[in-house]
Amino acid sequence: MRTRSQKIVAAVLIWCVLLSMPLWINQVGGYTQLGTRVLVMALAAMALNFLLGFTGVLSFGHAAYFGLGVYGTGLIIKYVVSSTFAGMAVGVLTAVVAAAMIGYLIVHLRGIYFAMVTIAFGQVFYFIAYRWNGVTGGDDGLSGWNRLPIDFGVGRLDILHSPVTFYYFVLFFFAVGVGLMAMLLRSPFGRTLLAIRENERRTRFLGVVVERHIWLSWVISCTFVGLAGALYALLNNFADPHDLRWDQSGEFVIMAVLGGMRSFWGPLVGAAIFVVLQDYVSTMTENWMSFIGMFFVLVVLFFPRGVLGVFRRRIAT
Amino acid sequence: MTQLILYDAFNGLIVGAFYALMALGLSLILNLSGVINFAHGGFLAIGAYIAFTLIPYVGFWGALVIAPALTGIFGLIIERLLIRPLYGRDPLYSLLLTFGLAFMFEDGTRYIWGPSTLPFSVPDWLNEPLSGQYFFLTGYRLFMVALVSLTVIVLFVLLTRTRLGVRIRAGTLDLETVSVLGVNVRILRSLNFGLGIYMAGLAGVLAAGMLGLQPTIGSDLIMPSFVAVIIGGLGSLPGTLVGGLLIGVASGLTTVWFPSASEAVIYVLMALVLLVRPRGLFGEEGRF
Amino acid sequence: MSNSTVHGAIGRRTVLKAGLALGAMQIASPFVIKALGEEPIKIGLDDTFTGTYAVLGRNEQIGCELAVDEINKKGGILGRQVQLLSEDSTSTDTGTAVQKAHKLIDRDKVNFFLGNVNSAMALALGDVTAQAGVLHIVTGGHTDAVTGTDCHWNVFRVCNTTRMETNSVSKLLFDKFGKKWYFLTPDYAFGHTLQQGFEASLKKFGGTEVGASLTPLGSTDFSSYLIKAQSANPDVIIVLEAGQDAVNCLKQAVQFGLDKKFHIAGAQQELEVLEGLPPNARIGTWVFEWYWNQPNVPHVNEFVASIKKINNGKVPTARHWFGYAATWTCALIANEKKTLKAETLAKGLENFQLPPEVALMPDKVFYRAGDHQLMPDLYVGHAVEKGSTEEDLFHVDQIVKGEEAAPPVSETGCHIKWPQT
Repeated sequence: MRTRSQKIVAAVLIWCVLLSMPLWINQVGGYTQLGTRVLVMALAAMALNFLLGFTGVLSFGHAAYFGLGVYGTGLIIKYVVSSTFAGMAVGVLTAVVAAAMIGYLIVHLRGIYFAMVTIAFGQVFYFIAYRWNGVTGGDDGLSGWNRLPIDFGVGRLDILHSPVTFYYFVLFFFAVGVGLMAMLLRSPFGRTLLAIRENERRTRFLGVVVERHIWLSWVISCTFVGLAGALYALLNNFADPHDLRWDQSGEFVIMAVLGGMRSFWGPLVGAAIFVVLQDYVSTMTENWMSFIGMFFVLVVLFFPRGVLGVFRRRIAT
Repeated sequence: MTQLILYDAFNGLIVGAFYALMALGLSLILNLSGVINFAHGGFLAIGAYIAFTLIPYVGFWGALVIAPALTGIFGLIIERLLIRPLYGRDPLYSLLLTFGLAFMFEDGTRYIWGPSTLPFSVPDWLNEPLSGQYFFLTGYRLFMVALVSLTVIVLFVLLTRTRLGVRIRAGTLDLETVSVLGVNVRILRSLNFGLGIYMAGLAGVLAAGMLGLQPTIGSDLIMPSFVAVIIGGLGSLPGTLVGGLLIGVASGLTTVWFPSASEAVIYVLMALVLLVRPRGLFGEEGRF
Repeated sequence: MSNSTVHGAIGRRTVLKAGLALGAMQIASPFVIKALGEEPIKIGLDDTFTGTYAVLGRNEQIGCELAVDEINKKGGILGRQVQLLSEDSTSTDTGTAVQKAHKLIDRDKVNFFLGNVNSAMALALGDVTAQAGVLHIVTGGHTDAVTGTDCHWNVFRVCNTTRMETNSVSKLLFDKFGKKWYFLTPDYAFGHTLQQGFEASLKKFGGTEVGASLTPLGSTDFSSYLIKAQSANPDVIIVLEAGQDAVNCLKQAVQFGLDKKFHIAGAQQELEVLEGLPPNARIGTWVFEWYWNQPNVPHVNEFVASIKKINNGKVPTARHWFGYAATWTCALIANEKKTLKAETLAKGLENFQLPPEVALMPDKVFYRAGDHQLMPDLYVGHAVEKGSTEEDLFHVDQIVKGEEAAPPVSETGCHIKWPQT
């Protein structure tokens, strides 16, 4: 078990790295947008892990709500009102409403069946985005719009032209999302989720309405994935049906497991490794898929607790 | 219109048979070893490419016999080296490992055989349709159905009449007891995996006759296979067979009215089945 | 739980150390490149090197590489050597394509930007390059919007619009094969606009559309659509499928014997598809955007020979030509205008004519001013099972001039807005 001070030190370290990123990223051969992408993916992976690592429920269809966040944001900015905040709000709201409704239907399933039914809904949304091409642009995607600079009256946040400003914009929402999730996990509600993860039957015997807790966990998880989606739309200035596909969901799961499912910051580390590794390796060689694939295989065989799992062992011994 | 519906339903059965072949291999591996094999499509591609390489030497029929066997042996190697350490662990890990393998297979086939689509020819007499009116009943499709039926029968005989088969079925129900009874569980799992991969290789050879042969040939087929397994229910091979046929027919019928939804409909079907019957059609209690 | 997962002699530590070493090497290498010599001119290629469109992206890349080689031999751009930076956009993940674009533009500071095969990515990348003000030549994305409703001042395109393709071949189909057409349309923008283009032609000639089937992208089984096509009894079955879908569809159409009952035709076709079909399925009347076997056009043979050397002995396809022409466009305009300023170059490219050794076509090839669309020749012909050589799989019946086949700028929906300076 990690002590409180260890956790604080880790958190401080991580925040220092995140806050200072634009300063050192170019030195190591990266670029600011790469860091922003890591943040967005990390938020999505951490949101997924709220459900996976802390409630013990595997979803393979989180890209659906990610994608709803993306399309909600894009459609509003393109067709309704040129406002970044309005777009984001609608994007997140769409994800929440969809998650609430679908969650209600599926919450009595378990294990691989639950995972597969989440894929099913994800694929249905993917199909809608694809087919409804008058509105969504279909396979061509939703283009011709972009995030807009935010006017505060006194000042202007040019998130459109300045990648560094946009990075901090995203970091702000990342902090909000992560902070809320951390608070929830530390609360009695969060403890109940851990109990469900450890032994569902026993928790049920204690009088806890397991299905309601799983539903809440599901909705919370999808809310923050939706937020990640909204930010992703702003990052790319583009919405694409692929954002809803099951392989996008798979990437979130990979990031969570890579970094360490049982750790709060694990998915951030996993997302960083996944995004950065793919970025570097695909530049270096045409055969990057082999290397990434080999990397997964090695991680599963030798580091099943994820990267942070390794560090935990070290600290514990 | 009724004619069209009949055509499409029948056609759907043919396509469903193909899905069933792939799904059965997947199901075998999943039921006994608890391994979610995301690389199944990759093995299919490897089987197809091996067949393509062999055809100039042994002809189509020779390749049909040898390629799946070689793929199965390759599967055995992979199982020994990479899959075995995962037994007993959360199936999530096998999912991730095989996901990584799928990447490697796609890239590997692209590296060895190139990214271009390769022209895969089947014997001419197979390519002829049987009649002018029922033109979609080509020799090749009927051959495919025949082959799948034969495979299912052989599989059934294997599982009920041979010792290996009985052990596999017993192991699917309770592997620990089987081990205690003195069966070498390691070898059992290996052979089971090899058998599943053999079926993937066979599906690959069949697929290459119908579809363009390129490195991603398997990746679009993997999801429908999982759907077939889930609809049928985990732990049940007949369920998987039914599941495969069902999604084939559903897909075929949907093309009559709403063609663009013909892929999405299999997911809708899966969602409906799971909401009504959470264990799938023939699934067992207590699995996953 | 103790650590019981040691495998043979290789333990976790070794793997970890090896990984860190490899990672350090990768991070260090950008520094190495910067230390060498003078800053070269960089051309960024953001294209599909993996996934379904891998072969198309890679062929475009080979064309680009040949062009860069030739450009450097002739003195480079403005006296500086040219370097091609290729990034894999993947075939389906637009987010990656956009990310790589930022990498090329913001980190690598490329002077020119090329790409993409995938139409959705071409559109998204156009937005990125327009924001950044970098000259962008679209190599292989065909959706009309790139030089239509979503055109930008800095975006030019080498490959044809769907409307140009349908206009070039429709008269021939109507005259030669008949009035009743049935469409097999892949269900995305490319397919839809092809169908619309043909429908407009039908209206003009007085033909009839007896039916259409929208096929999902990535369909493996076309039998139900072909069944419908047969029952509608058309004169021509218009197959608008591309890439893998085309291979699957044609393979199955021939298996069903439909090629013996109906004429099979379509608009865009590529040598990569014909090469992937078994010989008996190489049928149909199509439009090629460039073809290697042009005995009467100068410089083509040299190009074919040069490509064969770096392409495993295989002849170039239209994709090779797209990459080649796009890259040379950048060099030619920069050397002519003696600047790297994107706006000057873009203005200069309007009505810019490609020289014969780059155009490799019989007629005048130039970028149209109103929409920045290249006006090349279109090769209307039919597929042959075996031509003069093993790789001669297409017989050209007619060459149509792009500017005659293209709709006027006013119909494309393109309104170019130049940046306020």
